[in-house]
Amino acid sequence: MPQLTTEIEPLSLVIDIGGMPVRVNTADAGFLRLLQDRYSGYVRSSGWSEIEFDVDLVSPATPDPAADVRVTSLQGRWTLTRGDFHAEWEPAARRGRIRQTANPYSIDAVLRIVHTLVLARQGGFLLHSASAIRNGKAFLFAGVSEAGKTTISRLAPADVTLLTDEISYVRKQGDGYVAFGTPFTGELAKLGENVSAPVSALYLLAKGRENRIETVAPGEATRSLLANLLFFAEDEELVQAIFHSAFEFVSRIPVRRLTFFPDARVWELIG
Amino acid sequence: MSRLYVARNPRVAARSLDGEMMIMSGQDSTLFTLNRTATILWQSADGATPLDEIVEHKICGEFEVEPAEALRDAETLARELAGHGILQISEQPIPQRTAPSGESR
Repeated sequence: MPQLTTEIEPLSLVIDIGGMPVRVNTADAGFLRLLQDRYSGYVRSSGWSEIEFDVDLVSPATPDPAADVRVTSLQGRWTLTRGDFHAEWEPAARRGRIRQTANPYSIDAVLRIVHTLVLARQGGFLLHSASAIRNGKAFLFAGVSEAGKTTISRLAPADVTLLTDEISYVRKQGDGYVAFGTPFTGELAKLGENVSAPVSALYLLAKGRENRIETVAPGEATRSLLANLLFFAEDEELVQAIFHSAFEFVSRIPVRRLTFFPDARVWELIG
Repeated sequence: MSRLYVARNPRVAARSLDGEMMIMSGQDSTLFTLNRTATILWQSADGATPLDEIVEHKICGEFEVEPAEALRDAETLARELAGHGILQISEQPIPQRTAPSGESR
């Protein structure tokens, strides 16, 4: 007798960044493959997830990815919008829904925002910085565009494990902080390794004619850290949380200015 | 002439670090660093002490300025800080729910 039912493989995967697994469900096999490629090294097909998103793919209209992102909360439900996506997420239910076209950039933005919201309550954050592990210690290199995040990542010697050249993932753990690899890339377009290590120092990048490390006053360190934090939510409680997290970080982790000439010798100062 | 009362806006986050008072708006995440006068005003803004008393007891002694001139400057500063959502100002005492230290944590 012929088999009357066919087991349908669920179109689903888990994207595990920073130790926070997020399940993504889709009805589109092509989109699933796209995600598998985009988050290579950070995906698994099954297992527990902290949050679950259903993705509804829509036909391309006139998306405007440059439009301002808005992240608002009402009665326990977050709404995340930009020109190219609309997402809703209920933390209590640990579920959400994303409406976007079949592209990797929109869901990438949604994931980054959701991670910032979760981390803000836990004393962690995403930071505009490159990060890398050397001798079991993680180093963060923060700066605005053109400050040298990609350059210092590109110059890293073979014994350095790159976590990201663009957006660092920092989680508070005990009395210290741990940096995790992320798939969020900058100009280097190379995914960070999916590993982690305790944060040893934060360097504020500046390009110069020589390599040197200088101390930074706590006030300037805090202002620089705040200026480089990724945070989008229009939410007073979380804004206050992230503000205090920056002070906590500066009180526990050395913050230095790293002026560097763009060649490999700068790494002689790190580690 | 009516008296002016000032109070810290409880909807901002504030921390002092090495004598620098930093304040972040909870609404739009704008970061402010207060100068010495603004810091004294912020720390004294309990909603119950009139601005002229704050000026007389906390500002004049610190900066050796004439009370009338100091009060005019303090009113201008208070209105500016209120414009940024850092302080609340009123001609009546303002009930407060922030910590007396002026830090939100």
